Amino acid sequence: MTTLTLIQFQSHQLEPIDMELGSGECITLSGPSGSGKTLLLRALADLDPHQGEVRLDDQPQNRIPAPEWRRQVGLLPTESHWWHESIGPHIPAIDGTILHNLGFEDKCLEWQVSRLSSGERQRLALARLLSNQPKVLLLDEPTANLDAENAQRVEQVIQQYRQDSGCSVIWVSHTLEQRQRVGERGYIIKGNRLEPEAWT
Amino acid sequence: MDLITLSPLDLSIAAVLVLALAIISWRLQLGVEKRLLLAALRSVIQLGLLGLVLKTLFAQSNPWLIGLLCLFMLVVAGYEVMARQQRRFTGPWGMGIGTLSMFISSFSITLLALQLVVRVEPWYTPQYLIPLLGMLLGNTMSGIAIAMDNLTHNTWLQRGSIEGRLILGESWSSAIADIRRDALRAGLIPIINAMATAGIVSLPGMMTGQILAGSPPLEAAKYQIMILLLIAAGTGLGAISAVWISSRHLFDERQRLRLERLTQSNRFS
Repeated sequence: MTTLTLIQFQSHQLEPIDMELGSGECITLSGPSGSGKTLLLRALADLDPHQGEVRLDDQPQNRIPAPEWRRQVGLLPTESHWWHESIGPHIPAIDGTILHNLGFEDKCLEWQVSRLSSGERQRLALARLLSNQPKVLLLDEPTANLDAENAQRVEQVIQQYRQDSGCSVIWVSHTLEQRQRVGERGYIIKGNRLEPEAWT
Repeated sequence: MDLITLSPLDLSIAAVLVLALAIISWRLQLGVEKRLLLAALRSVIQLGLLGLVLKTLFAQSNPWLIGLLCLFMLVVAGYEVMARQQRRFTGPWGMGIGTLSMFISSFSITLLALQLVVRVEPWYTPQYLIPLLGMLLGNTMSGIAIAMDNLTHNTWLQRGSIEGRLILGESWSSAIADIRRDALRAGLIPIINAMATAGIVSLPGMMTGQILAGSPPLEAAKYQIMILLLIAAGTGLGAISAVWISSRHLFDERQRLRLERLTQSNRFS
């Protein structure tokens, strides 16, 4: 079973964090803009230098080759980037069910990236990330550009993937209702400290 | 055929033309007259000095002095490569990568040419070494500068995509492969074009010089062919090393893209 353990983990200006994220568990993260949520996720995905330790199961981050770590600890950034002309080459090992559940048909793989709306890109970026079968998901506002219907689809796909794979999730969200709906516990950044968020 | 020597008066006729161009630039408000005159003045002084230095060197043939001049040429070329970068690497890497790449390519190819092709005795005979090295440095310098500038510029522009690829578990070299290939291509295109049009559109400078100095055209052509081929090989080798070292240095040991290793954009400054 997968656990993500942070030991005195320090990113950017945040104080060191100790935290354990159990298998299949989903915690939410909130806090004002610029408080370092995105930077914390980037550090966990090993995209930015950081201090302290983070372990996947019993393996410290620096014992796992960086590309392998990033495949297992998958980050979904707020803004997705695409480098081939059409969608297909970005997602070689696509799971058709996930595409359908996100509201797409198989032929969407032939679409030109430049013609997608930002919402379509965001959902397809999730499909692309899940095709790597990560053990931990770091989601940076995954429903920010979506209408209510698509936001619900995204939430369902993520919950389904959690159940099927036992994947753990850190979910950055600005709406309290969503945090309470998807997460088991919440954290909030106040100043430069990460504190448990009280849900009453 | 004897060499026709040029008097200072002959040169001043050419200088008057540049002066006229500067006046036109001033009247048309092109804004390049100052730079034009300064560059012309620089070339007069630099070439004059070089003539004097070479005259002394040719007379002495002291390997240490020759080595010193080669080193000086290398350092100036390295500085020039750095100066042409819109975003250069911070610290010693800024000048180091270009200089090292030119050292690898130009020096080794010059040595090879002197030992295997021209076969002069001793190999450091300055009459052959200095012009050969100069041609190679000058041309690989442009190729390396273009390739490195292209690499850092496009890495900066496409940082989102590069990180997107890293996030999905690609290695650093796979994430930057396209950009690296384009940079190499950009660095090699000038010399490829030069080879393709040599002798048809343009009469290369060295061949022109030799013919003006009285060499038989066919001999001049053979030397020019050698130089062009050597330059192509040197530019390729130099650009490949520069792009490889630069792209590696854009990432750290955990394969993170480290753009803070580049300075801010300084074009138009």
